[in-house]
Amino acid sequence: MKAPEQAQAPRLLLEALRSRGFDFFCGVADSTIASLISELGEDYLSATREDLAVGMASGAYLSGRRPVVLMQNSGLGYCLNALTSLNLIYKIPLLLIVGYRGYQGKDAPEHLVMGAHCEALLREVGIPVFVPEAGQAAEAVAEAAAVLRGQKIPAALFIRPGVL
Amino acid sequence: MTTREAIGIVAKRLKGELAVCTTGYTCRDMQAVSDRPGNFYMIGSMGLAASLGLGVALSKPRARVVIFDGDGAALMGLGNLPAIGTLAPANLIHVVFDNGVFASTGNQPTYSGSVPLDRLAAASGYRQVGRAGTPEELEREWDRIRNGAGPAFLLVKCRPDEGPPAERVRLEPEAITERFREAVHAS
Repeated sequence: MKAPEQAQAPRLLLEALRSRGFDFFCGVADSTIASLISELGEDYLSATREDLAVGMASGAYLSGRRPVVLMQNSGLGYCLNALTSLNLIYKIPLLLIVGYRGYQGKDAPEHLVMGAHCEALLREVGIPVFVPEAGQAAEAVAEAAAVLRGQKIPAALFIRPGVL
Repeated sequence: MTTREAIGIVAKRLKGELAVCTTGYTCRDMQAVSDRPGNFYMIGSMGLAASLGLGVALSKPRARVVIFDGDGAALMGLGNLPAIGTLAPANLIHVVFDNGVFASTGNQPTYSGSVPLDRLAAASGYRQVGRAGTPEELEREWDRIRNGAGPAFLLVKCRPDEGPPAERVRLEPEAITERFREAVHAS
């Protein structure tokens, strides 16, 4: 059983996102963020692969929307070209909400390498990463939204197991 | 019909449509034949022009969006076809200029000679599908598809251009973003 305050976490995160103007949500699901996807209901658009979600979200930004892309960190590999040769150079900001699999080496084998390097990988190419504690996701949304607004680049919110 | 001629035929028939152009010579040819604020030139991120066009079409239902795609890019971003067919924005036309090669890297062959992309689009749920191999067919199929509801797919069989390529995209990427955003806002 989740503690009552944690059961509220997906709703509170979505409220924080909407209060910052985020209004377009697409991606590829991950169990770590499944509760947020449930909370979004029909407002969530399922993509076939993570980089295509980045493309869709970028089109939404060009149309005046404020997009969010949801994914498991395994999808970051697919997205690296999109983020570097589209978003960073065209100044197309997106909020990435990323399920942080393989955190501290505790997960199935396929998650361990990306789990150990995903934060550094994004920071290396110039994408800020925020890794909120349980109960702190709304604050992290505010910080990430400030990056998007100020620098017009993507920023990532990494969601560890247990945060949502 | 060369690729640049085919791009020119569609470009000249655009009215207020937004045009999302894929990586490589497609952007450069489009800039050469019809540069306009409603063009988005995707100079990197090959395979994502269709997904970006999908995002625009879903976000701006009153605008009409045309994706200028290539066979190599469409094959690279095959996952776009079921997404477009299922999410089904009626205001989207996906044109694939199929010259059978990766033209901008030296005409290496793609698989489009053995895989009919128009049949993949039909199976993916596009509401209208057409195919053209001559300028006359292209004009006729464009007019037919333009007058119906989307998402529509038009496969344009053409050959690679010979001679020097068109000039590189002149605008900086950030300027492309700003210009296109204003064009979307105005449409």
